[in-house]
Amino acid sequence: MSSDTVLEVRDLATHFHLRRGIVKAVDGVSFTLKRGEVLGLVGESGCGKSLTALSIMRLLPKGGARTVRGQILLDGEDLLARSPREMRDLRGSKISMILQDPQTSLNPVFTIGEQLREAIYRRTGGSKAEIMPEAVEALRRVEIAAPESRIGQYPHQMSGGMKQRVVGAIAMCGAPQVLIADEPTTALDVTIQLQYLKLLQRLQRETGMAILFITHDFGVVARLCDRVAVMYAGRIVECGPVARVFERPAHPYTKALIASVPKMTGAAGRLTTIEGQPPSLLDLPPGCRFAPRCAAADDRCRESYPSSFDIETDHTADCWRLEAR
Amino acid sequence: MGRFIARRLLQGIVLLFLVASVVFVLGRLTGNPADLMLPEDATAEDRARLIASLGLDGPMHIQFARFVGNALQGDLGTSIRMRQPAVDAFLSRLPNTLALIPWALLLAMAVGIPLGVVAALNRGRFLDRAAGTAAVLGIATPNFWLGIMLIFFFSVELGWLPSGRMGGPEHYVLPVITLGTFLTAGFMRLTRSSMLDVMESEYVKLARIKGLSETIVIWKHCLRNALIPVLTLWGVFVGNLITGAIVTETVFAWPGVGRLTYEAVIYRDFPLLQAVVIMKSILILSVNLVVDILYAYVDPRIRYS
Amino acid sequence: MRRMPWIPAVIIAVIVAMALLAPLLAPHDPIDQTLKDKLLPPYWMDGGDSKYILGTDAFGRDILSRLIYGARVSLIVALLALTAGGGVGLLIGIVAGYLGGFVESVLMRLVDAAFTFPAILFALLLAVTMGQGLGTLVIAISLLLWASFARVIRGEVLTLKQRDFVALAKVRGCSTPRIMLTHILPNVLNTFMVLVTLNIGVVIIAEASLSFLGAGIPPPTPTWGLMVSEGRGRIADAWWVSLIPGIAITLLVLSVNLFGDWLRDRLDPRLRQL
Repeated sequence: MSSDTVLEVRDLATHFHLRRGIVKAVDGVSFTLKRGEVLGLVGESGCGKSLTALSIMRLLPKGGARTVRGQILLDGEDLLARSPREMRDLRGSKISMILQDPQTSLNPVFTIGEQLREAIYRRTGGSKAEIMPEAVEALRRVEIAAPESRIGQYPHQMSGGMKQRVVGAIAMCGAPQVLIADEPTTALDVTIQLQYLKLLQRLQRETGMAILFITHDFGVVARLCDRVAVMYAGRIVECGPVARVFERPAHPYTKALIASVPKMTGAAGRLTTIEGQPPSLLDLPPGCRFAPRCAAADDRCRESYPSSFDIETDHTADCWRLEAR
Repeated sequence: MGRFIARRLLQGIVLLFLVASVVFVLGRLTGNPADLMLPEDATAEDRARLIASLGLDGPMHIQFARFVGNALQGDLGTSIRMRQPAVDAFLSRLPNTLALIPWALLLAMAVGIPLGVVAALNRGRFLDRAAGTAAVLGIATPNFWLGIMLIFFFSVELGWLPSGRMGGPEHYVLPVITLGTFLTAGFMRLTRSSMLDVMESEYVKLARIKGLSETIVIWKHCLRNALIPVLTLWGVFVGNLITGAIVTETVFAWPGVGRLTYEAVIYRDFPLLQAVVIMKSILILSVNLVVDILYAYVDPRIRYS
Repeated sequence: MRRMPWIPAVIIAVIVAMALLAPLLAPHDPIDQTLKDKLLPPYWMDGGDSKYILGTDAFGRDILSRLIYGARVSLIVALLALTAGGGVGLLIGIVAGYLGGFVESVLMRLVDAAFTFPAILFALLLAVTMGQGLGTLVIAISLLLWASFARVIRGEVLTLKQRDFVALAKVRGCSTPRIMLTHILPNVLNTFMVLVTLNIGVVIIAEASLSFLGAGIPPPTPTWGLMVSEGRGRIADAWWVSLIPGIAITLLVLSVNLFGDWLRDRLDPRLRQL
């Protein structure tokens, strides 16, 4: 693993062991995140993006979810081999996360100041009086106006956008090397979304942290990310620099996704959609998971899972159609 | 906040009025209440005299007006058996009941809430099932029987504790246990389900993301939120305790308003019973009001809206 | 808890059998007093008599027979009270939920009031004014139940009335009472049954408590609560008189709760939240 890679995920699989069967929600995900870069993870709802994030943080939901194989190398050390205690120490310091819904991410019965204090205390210790100025500073850094007045407020007294900034402030308290942002703008008003993205961009440039940005919105990816990984039915099907993936998508799914984004230019017409539904994660086909919906699929596609092929440097996709080149 | 209190106070008064009306109607359902107070061999003149003296003659609305008028002056009738104003009888006994209730509540919380947390943390495993079974047992055991059995064991057989009456600390043990058992089960179940709900919240996930220790996550972030629904039921719980006291005080010969209620029933002392119901309603309403205010204080979302 | 809880099921079955077949099962007449045989302990103890398996009370009445007949009272009162109280609650819930507006406001306020005040007090008041008896008891216990039924059913109806089949019925010109009866009612029956199972235990304990306090079915009819009360004075030397009926009450309520939990789980785990 090269020194400029801060997070490397190898063949990560997280399954839900339910009574009716095994749901293979994340089934062999691999990617690398370099220091200081922003990697987008895109895919439709239910493809396993959030669960990948939770698997990395080792905060799987209760109810049968287990990471069954893989390696998660943070700065060379495998997170899956860590004890709960060690993992806890890493969370909030080396690796952190922003959750999707600002309405529910903050504890309603504690003030903003208190919730920040907890996070800061972990890093620096100190009394409440010593920490409070830092908390105010943390709020200022995420561009919250009049932060001194906000410290004593409760979450319900703030707007969604502001709450999400607070969540961001909390996440950054420990100066993490890796920040996982799980659809942080999805629940925000469109007008606020842009502001928030700009904020993230600025913070990222200032601190040099790497961001794994999970979203289903290509527009956001285009704006913020350096590279992008496309996920489908629990696996990554294509990964590469943003510009190239957008201009020359290699995987049929990526192509279909990009084609289905309504264009602002050109003639208006019917919106393109992708036929069919994603497969049930309980009962996955043996071959390529997109095959049932793919116009270019043949028997080989259906029978065996495609290998990864390099299209150009640093741009790979898992599709048999690419083998010829 | 002041407006909130004023509104709740008004609601309470309306409810009280409703209760008084229901009591009034109940008393007159099967004829004149005076009939309940007369001995078997009363003559027609005796009856007429009693009715007049109690103001039970005349049309209904006049009677009701008299009833309410008297009530507002603190006169809720005279106990037949005790020959004193019912309100006095109630107030003189009230402190004894109030001495018992807080202990039962404390016991129920001190045992029920931690049990509920433990059950939630060990969901589906042995501890959860054991706690659950204990809770169901606590609910299924009739408290009058529990009291009698406790007396039998600890007083008659072992002689460790007294079998009744008010007195020093040792007199409190068995009545408090009897009164509090049902409630303990209630607290345990409620805390458990509330914790289970809260434990899946996003903000709990965030607390873990921050790298906080599991102890802090559970006891600070989870419990604080889980207790809010429990608090809202405090009013109901105290109401349960006040009624539970009827049986407990009877079994333990405790001179409180619960025992007073029992005596009113046994001796068919209707005026006393009527007064007891109204006074207890006032008590419960007051407790509910205090609980609502506490609730607004504990849940900042209510306070600032 | 996947397997059916056998023991509670058996206990329930036994008690129901006791109630139904009382005249056949009881060895003695429950109210027949034989004073020379008074306060005999259960037959396996010193001084016991195999004629009276569970002993006798202060009036020489056979405890076992009274226990068996007492089951009748408990179950009959439970059945009637659940029907009456549950029925009223169901009705009010449907009306309040479906009609909405002013009617709903008033009815729900009443429900809130009912929740605030302990119905036991009104039950006692009823017993004193209307006299003891089955009717009074059933009405009194119904007072305990109706509010919780009404509240839950109304919640169900609120969601139901948004559904398409209701809109369809309205479009077809169905009258409001007809919609409530033929469309809404069948769909809340499921919830109603769940509420019934949840409240059986409550009703049994309520009946026992009221009997204990002397506000239930008057003597000499044997009811379990009354039996416990009767045994209280002689607890020191004749503890079985109070112990045995109390065990019966506890076992029945325990079984009903455990079985009811399993049943609800089986039917629809979502209902657990109730």
